[in-house]
Amino acid sequence: MPHDHHDHAGLSPSGHPYREDQDNSLSYWQAMEIAVRELMIEKGIVTAEEVAAQIDAMDARDPSQGAAVVARAWTDPAFRERLLADGSAASAEMGFDVGPMKLIAVENTADVHNVVVCTLCSCYPRNLLGLPPDWYKSRAYRSRTVREPRKVLAEFGLTLPENVTVRVHDSTADMRYIVIPARPDGTDGLDEAALAELVTRDSMIGVGVAKTG
Amino acid sequence: MTPDATGKRWHDMGGDLAHPLAGPIPDGDHDFALWEKRVDALVILAGLKGVFTVDGLRRVLEDMGEDAFETMTYYERWVASLNQNMLEQGVYSVADLGARMAEVQARGTTYADATDAGA
Amino acid sequence: MQALEPGTPVRVRRMMPPGHVRTPAYLRGKTGAVERVLGPFGNPEQLAYGHTPDRLPLYRVRFRLGDVWPDAATPDDTLDAEIYAHWLEAL
Repeated sequence: MPHDHHDHAGLSPSGHPYREDQDNSLSYWQAMEIAVRELMIEKGIVTAEEVAAQIDAMDARDPSQGAAVVARAWTDPAFRERLLADGSAASAEMGFDVGPMKLIAVENTADVHNVVVCTLCSCYPRNLLGLPPDWYKSRAYRSRTVREPRKVLAEFGLTLPENVTVRVHDSTADMRYIVIPARPDGTDGLDEAALAELVTRDSMIGVGVAKTG
Repeated sequence: MTPDATGKRWHDMGGDLAHPLAGPIPDGDHDFALWEKRVDALVILAGLKGVFTVDGLRRVLEDMGEDAFETMTYYERWVASLNQNMLEQGVYSVADLGARMAEVQARGTTYADATDAGA
Repeated sequence: MQALEPGTPVRVRRMMPPGHVRTPAYLRGKTGAVERVLGPFGNPEQLAYGHTPDRLPLYRVRFRLGDVWPDAATPDDTLDAEIYAHWLEAL
């Protein structure tokens, strides 16, 4: 990633060592997961097939879904209007179910730059972007972005001119947010699929901009 | 005119620049292990089945306190919260859980051994 | 509580109750304006404890960064947050 490089190898976002994901010895919490899952299945809450299908569904979700939505908004003005008016409905048109939460799309322009954070937990538009990156869940990002957004953006390599208003969105409740980054100059000849390739995860969180090619 | 911060809790961290861990945005990312994906799936499914809400998940995570945030991984906290909510809902009992965890731990010393034996 | 129109100036209540709430402490007592009206949504303060929730309007409120943080380096940047109706008073 393009921002500050500190030695966080093997450390959690808050600076603590990670525990091994695939520990050779069964951890207490892994044993709890197995026990909870088996009991939930036995009590008829879920089935093993549903658990497997849900994992497959989440594994299939990644930022390419959000990128497809952005590219459609760049190329189809009527879709862009619908997306800004009702993000959930517009995403559903493309076959992307954003789940029980509602999606709000916010658009970057020559005058406005949007960035998304969740200070209370780590709400994230997971159905369009996949699971959040570790830094999004970190205390540093959660605490600083609402107070010194430009300093945070600068650490991601993004320095905005003073005449651009920064709009920070704190996902405090039932909404999820996706940023529609500005379409890069010189991309008039590209089709929707090629444009989607320019749309990065970070540009849809608002800590980056779309690639220029 | 800063509101009195008495009563503000650890998870409510917006603007806390003075916290020792509110430093540079950390680098890097990592993928999740199978057991973590299963926790995620169980949380989502329990919500869809109406036995659980995301606010119930959050409430338990918040009540676990800052120490848990710093010493447990993300999905360790999530499985602890999921379990707490299932107990509160009466889906199973503490005795059920205790007996099952002991049984799981007796199946083998690795996650693969313990989970496959019960599948 | 009457629905608040977009543009209505509002202040976030200064209450500091314990328990699960979705109104960030840093916005308590701060003044902004309704950006849009959302909802109704179930009250998370009831959902968190397993109770059937009241359905409440939810507002996206826009604050000037300078009104949230007196020492903001760029006071005209903005911050939007979703705040449930019972946490807001119209000004």
